[in-house]
Order: sequence, then C-alpha cells, then structure tokens
Amino acid sequence: MEKTLNQFTLGEQGVVKSVGGEGKIKRRLFDMGITPGAEIMLRKKAPLGDPIEITVRGYELTLRKTEAACVNMVVASETATTAKESGAK
Amino acid sequence: MKRFALAGNPNSGKTTLFNSLTGSTAHVGNWPGVTVDKRDGVYKKCAEPIAIVDLPGIYSLSPYTPEEVIARNYVLDEKPDCVINIVDATNLERNLYLTTQILEIDVPMVIALNMMDAVKKNGDKIDAKELEKRLGVPVVSISALKEQGLTELMDKAYNESKKQRQGATVLQESKLTHLISDVKTALVGQNVANPLFHAVKLVEGDEIEVNMHKETLGVVEAFKKTFDDEVFGNDFEALIADGRYKYISKHFAPVLKRGTKEKFAQTKSDKADRVLTHKIWGIPIFLLILFAIFHLTFSEDFLFLGAIFKLPELADIPAFVTVADGEETLTYGARWLQCIYDGGVMSPGVIINNIWNNMIVGELFGLIQGAVENSSMQPWAIGLINNGIIDGVGSVLSFLPPILVLFLFFSILEDSGYMARIAFILDRMFRRFGLSGRAFMPMIMGFGCSVPAMINTRTLADDKERTATIRVIPFFSCGAKLPILTAVAGAMAGAFGVGNADLITFSMYVLGIVVAILSVLLMRSTTLKGETPPFIMELPTYHAPQFKNLMLHLWDKTKHFVKKAFTIILASTIVIWVLTHFSFSWQFLDDEFINESILANIAKLVQPLFTPLGFGRQLGEFGWVFVVAAVSGLIAKENVIGTFSTLASCLAAGGHINVDGLDIMAENGIDAVRAMIMANPAIIGATLVAFIAFNMTTIPCFAAVGTAKAELGSKKRFNYTLLFWIAVSYAVGAMIYTIGAWLWTCFIWAAAVVGVITFIVLRNKKLAKKESTATL
Repeated sequence: MEKTLNQFTLGEQGVVKSVGGEGKIKRRLFDMGITPGAEIMLRKKAPLGDPIEITVRGYELTLRKTEAACVNMVVASETATTAKESGAK
Repeated sequence: MKRFALAGNPNSGKTTLFNSLTGSTAHVGNWPGVTVDKRDGVYKKCAEPIAIVDLPGIYSLSPYTPEEVIARNYVLDEKPDCVINIVDATNLERNLYLTTQILEIDVPMVIALNMMDAVKKNGDKIDAKELEKRLGVPVVSISALKEQGLTELMDKAYNESKKQRQGATVLQESKLTHLISDVKTALVGQNVANPLFHAVKLVEGDEIEVNMHKETLGVVEAFKKTFDDEVFGNDFEALIADGRYKYISKHFAPVLKRGTKEKFAQTKSDKADRVLTHKIWGIPIFLLILFAIFHLTFSEDFLFLGAIFKLPELADIPAFVTVADGEETLTYGARWLQCIYDGGVMSPGVIINNIWNNMIVGELFGLIQGAVENSSMQPWAIGLINNGIIDGVGSVLSFLPPILVLFLFFSILEDSGYMARIAFILDRMFRRFGLSGRAFMPMIMGFGCSVPAMINTRTLADDKERTATIRVIPFFSCGAKLPILTAVAGAMAGAFGVGNADLITFSMYVLGIVVAILSVLLMRSTTLKGETPPFIMELPTYHAPQFKNLMLHLWDKTKHFVKKAFTIILASTIVIWVLTHFSFSWQFLDDEFINESILANIAKLVQPLFTPLGFGRQLGEFGWVFVVAAVSGLIAKENVIGTFSTLASCLAAGGHINVDGLDIMAENGIDAVRAMIMANPAIIGATLVAFIAFNMTTIPCFAAVGTAKAELGSKKRFNYTLLFWIAVSYAVGAMIYTIGAWLWTCFIWAAAVVGVITFIVLRNKKLAKKESTATL
C-alpha cells in the first residue's frame, strides 16, 4: 500500500518510494537521509499532532506534516501488528 | 603553523573535541547547531604546534544555510592542511553522507569515529579497520569526552597533512558518473582547483557553482535534455544525494554490527520522551519546568512554605534583635540566618544572592568606602571613588548570582537535550507567528544574553525568519536587564505596597514575550512577508549534563561578566560621575549642585521627549535622572541601575532627596529607586512599569547592536532594525503609561490597534488580489 508520510499512524513503518516538494525542502530531506529505499517509522506526534517525529537511518528526526507530505511511502506489510504493539506501550 | 579543520554533523561532538584538543572552554550543548561560526585554538602535543579550527556543524555542503557555506568556503578557500571529519558512530549512515562530500575535495583527511563508547553500550560493534579500508582514508576511534584516542588521531592527521590527497567520489556506480568525469575534465582544463568537487556540485545545479562556472554549465544542460531516470526524471540533485546514500548503505553501513535484531528498538531516550513530549502533558510540563526555574532562582518563599505555614519574620523574633543607638537591628548571626530564612525559606538562587550581596560584597565595599571616607583625599576624589566607581561597579557585580543561577538552569536544559524537544513541542505554536520551532532556541538564549542568541539565529535557514528573530531577541529580557526589573519592581512593591516584587518581575518577562510575539506577527504580515520556513531537525539523544561542561559554561560567563564590570561599565560610571559633577565651565560641583551639571543640562533638553512615557517633563527637577539612566543603558544595560545608584547617592549626599530609613547604598538598587520615587511625587506605578518596558524593548546594549549589525548583513536592514526598536519601545512605554495614568485612554489605544490591523489585513488582501490577477 502506498501513502505519504504525513498519513502514517503511530508506530507505522514503511520504505521511502520517492520524494517530491520544492528544491530547498527536498534537498534538506535528502541530506537528512530520507531517500528512496530508506526505512522509516513514525515515532511520535507533537502535542497538537504536528510536527511528527520519525526514526530514519537509526536516528530521530522531526519534521512537519507539510514536509512529510512530500515523502511518498510504501507501507511495510507486517506493520499492522508492530503498530499495535508500540501503540499499546 | 599547520592548520587542521574539524568538520562534521551538528551535535557530533566537534566542539567537545575542540575543547579537549586545545584546552579551550568554548560553549558546548546538546542541540544541533551550537557552533555557528568557526573558531580557532592551538594543539601543542604534536611535533609542532597545530592550529585547530572548529567549523560549524553541517549535514551537507549544500548552499542552503549560512553555516554550511562558512564550512564549505573554509575548506575550499583557506585550504587547511588536514580535515578531521568527526563522525558520530551512533549515527553512522547520516554522518558518512557528509564524509562522502568532503572526500571529493583534494584535501588530506582523517575520520575521527566519535562516541564509540556509546556504540559499545548499545551492544553494537563497528569495524573501524574495515571502514578505513573501504573509505580509503585513516579512521581513528576516539572519545572526545573522555579524551581517548586523541593522540593517535592527531598523529595520524599530522602524517596525512604531509601528503597530498586526490579527491575521490562514491558516485562511480551512479548513472551520472560519465557526466561528472566529463565536467571534471573540462574544469581541469580551466585549471580549477578541486575539480572533482566542483564538477559534482555543478552537476547538482548548486547555485554558487552555477554562477562560478557558467561556461561549463552547457555540458550539464545538454546531458540533462537527453536524460531520464524512472524515479528521479532529470533531477540531478536528487539523483546524486540518492547515489551517496545508496553507496553508504551498500558499502559502509555493513561495518556496523547491531547487537539487537530489532530495527526500531526502544531506547532510554524514547522512554524519557514518552513523558516529556507527551501529547497532552508535554506543554504543561514545559511550563512547569520554566516556572520551577524562575522559582528556584528568584523566590524568597521557597515552595511557598512561609505563606502556607504563616512563618514569622526574623525581626519579630526577640532573640534575633538587639538595640543599638536606640534602633532595633538584627544580630550579626541573625543577618546570616536572614540570608536563608526570613518569614519563608529562600530559594537556592536567593540564598546564594544574599550571601554574596549582604555578607560578602556589601561588607567588603562598605569597608573600602569607610576607609576612603576617612582618608585625607580631596573631596572630589572621595566622591568619585565612593559614589562613582564603587557604587556603580558594586551594583553591577551584585547581579552576578542570579544571572549565573539562571544560566546554569538553561545550560542543564540545553545539555540534556530537552531544549530540542521544546522546539518540537512548540513548533505548531511558532508556526502561527510565521516562525519555525527552531527560532525558539535563539529566543530562549536571549534570556541569558542577546549576543550569542543573535549569532545562533544562523541555524535558521530562512532569511526573513532570521531578521524577524534577531529583531525580537532583545525583548527576551537578558541577564543584564534583570537588575532593572528586580530593582524597580522591588521599589514599586516597597513604595506603593502593590503586590509582590516577584510577580511584577515575572509579568514583565511575560510582557517582553508578548511584545515579541506581536512584533513578529506584525513583521511577518507586512515588511517580512514570506512562507513559513521548514522545520526539519534532528532530535539529539538525551544524556545527563556533564558536570565539567556546566562548570566551564559558568566560569566562562563569570569571566565575561566581571571583565565587563571592570572595563566598559567602570568606564561609563566614571564618565557619568564626571559629567554630573562638572558644569559646562568645567567647575567641580558638589553633590548639592548636581542639577547644574553638564549631564543634567543635556538630559533636561531631551527630557520632554519622554513625557508621554511618564518620565519626562512631569517629573520636575530631578526627573532627568530617569533619562540619563535609560540612555546609559545603551552602553550596557547593567548601567541603568548602576546610574541610579550613583545619581541617587549624589542627590542624597546633597540633601536633595529624603532617604530616611532607606539604604540607598544597598547593592540591589531597590532603595536607590525608592529614593527617587520619594523625591518625585509625580511618579506613579505606571511610570515605573513604562520605564521598565521602555528599557526592555528599546535599542539593546552596544555589544548586541554590534552583533545585530554583523548578523543582519545589509545596512538598510540594520537601520530599519534600530528604528523598529525605538518605535516599539516608545509605543509600548507610552501605552503603558497613558493607560495606567488615565484608564479611558485604553479606548484610544484599542481603536488605534484595531485600525492598524484592519489596514494591514485590507492591504494584504489587495496585494494578494493583485498577485493572483498578475499570474492569471
């Protein structure tokens, strides 16, 4: 299943398919390691639901939903169970 | 002397390494982007002394943020003898992304693999030897914090610096490799230094590069037309970034052997985060922490014990009171006790403050002043030393404790990594004002000192956001403005019996924040319009603050403060004393004739300007003291209260003001301000609040103005900034005074505000309409 990173729910995992957006933001996303093939998990949402915190390439990164909307993801198949687990914790 | 540059990602420990190598005490924090300018030091333990240059932390050599350009230009133009690329081993992939870019430059290079101890702790393993083989440059495992592996690192770097290194790229597996080598050949033909680096950047379409090598750009453009990738199309910048990471995941990442199988394991940081950045409790916790900091620093009733248990004051307990010369005073022992308890237990910040001021500085300066008084010096010399120098410098030194305590707390927040989380929590709110959560950091730093805060705005990528942030930083009342708040608030509470001084101080801080928010909103919807800048930020791992690190911060701050007290502030108190004790005909004036002094005459000239703010004409004969105090604040804000003390003690010595029952020599300046209040019946509460507000929001001190000028870059923008500060402080001061004096004027102000808002909204609508029709 495909969706953009901003539509992810807590604990959901996936792989980056492509990155869109305007030059400067796209470049920054790339520099931070969000490139096609990178695995991402949605770790946390800020108090008002935005920005979000993700784990990518072994570290924590925070970005806004508007920026996350530039990242097209392929949702990992087995995420449903892991998402429930970390959500319950 | 050889020069080695330290380059690496933000928060990878470069500055810690720099401090360990050079024995410096540069500011280190657990926040990406603490170092925003390069700085130098010397390493002495090698065959020859080596200059070490600490570059700002960067993720990439792209041209998008000022600090990336600083680092890039340094390596390319200043040609260091070796680049030490510090790599955070706990975050290998992303750190090596920068490494692959530096590798392309023809400069000797060594990798310092930092935080290997943390890697081991996580149960992971990195094969440094293998990494060295794959990268083709020496790799040394170090711990910058524990100072391990530093000698080996420097020896390797020293060896490398004697050799030449050709740039190498990891993009040879990319589809662009032929294009890159074609462009490189063309650049070599033009005798360009670092041809490989420039070739890659040119292919990427890097702004700086495109302007530099216009003639070669054709090659890239021609190739672009024929090129199409199924994922990236002909977006070369994306293709190259992707190529780097692909190579890293394939060839470098395997040197890391993870102890746990789980890809997204929960760490201790995650557990802390579950509470501190909680969906509902995150913001209340943050506010609570902020309140606790202020309570621990300023409260004279710790945990409100005194108020809850109705504890008695010391003066009401007979055992602590003795009678001397018909007056009741506290015994010496009780005065010590008073530092800790007086009708309530003091908070730690106040205890330190009391001991320092009442028992150490106060006593010491009292002794000196007594000795000077009884000496056989000329009366003017006694006046200069006692009323000029000692009172002035003493009142400044007396603020050292609260500034340090406040600074300590902020250092702890920063060091632990919590500061970055606050940006995360607050981003949503900041966006409403047209800023990103990152702007929070320089603003909170403003509570300490505007100078480093303004420099820190370099971590903001957006130019307009930076300008707006720099302009409002002074509204976050800095350590030097704190004395104005405590002295005036203390005097207000004492003279008018209104509320409690803490509350006034706290609300003035809030006022500053509110003014800052409104100003940003105003600027972002008028002169500094623009898209809300992006917020893409690394969240550092939490760690316990380093004791040594904290002490270094404090020591640094103390040195800076004391130096300032004895240089610029000492000089300006002397100047003010001289100007108040000489007439235009350079006749020495006794304290009684202070009203005829040069300064009094000049101040009286400009005094009417401040009438709408409450401390102008209406204050009569000695009202000019407020004007002089405010103006002296332009040199250093510590001066404001220092000036008050100096002038009040002169006025009192001349018998102009009644100081019965007041200790106007008291270092905190409260009684000096009270004396002024008693001398001027026209002074009302609103005058004093307006005075604080004016000082808080007007042109900051000299040093901050200089920094703003340097950081803003353009002269026009700087001039507007000065104008902005004057306008804001005048408007805020006038609003407070007039509403305080005549409540009905609030309707006029409200009408004016509504008018301005309507005007801006209508104008923006009109502009937006114009734009949309223009694009159609």
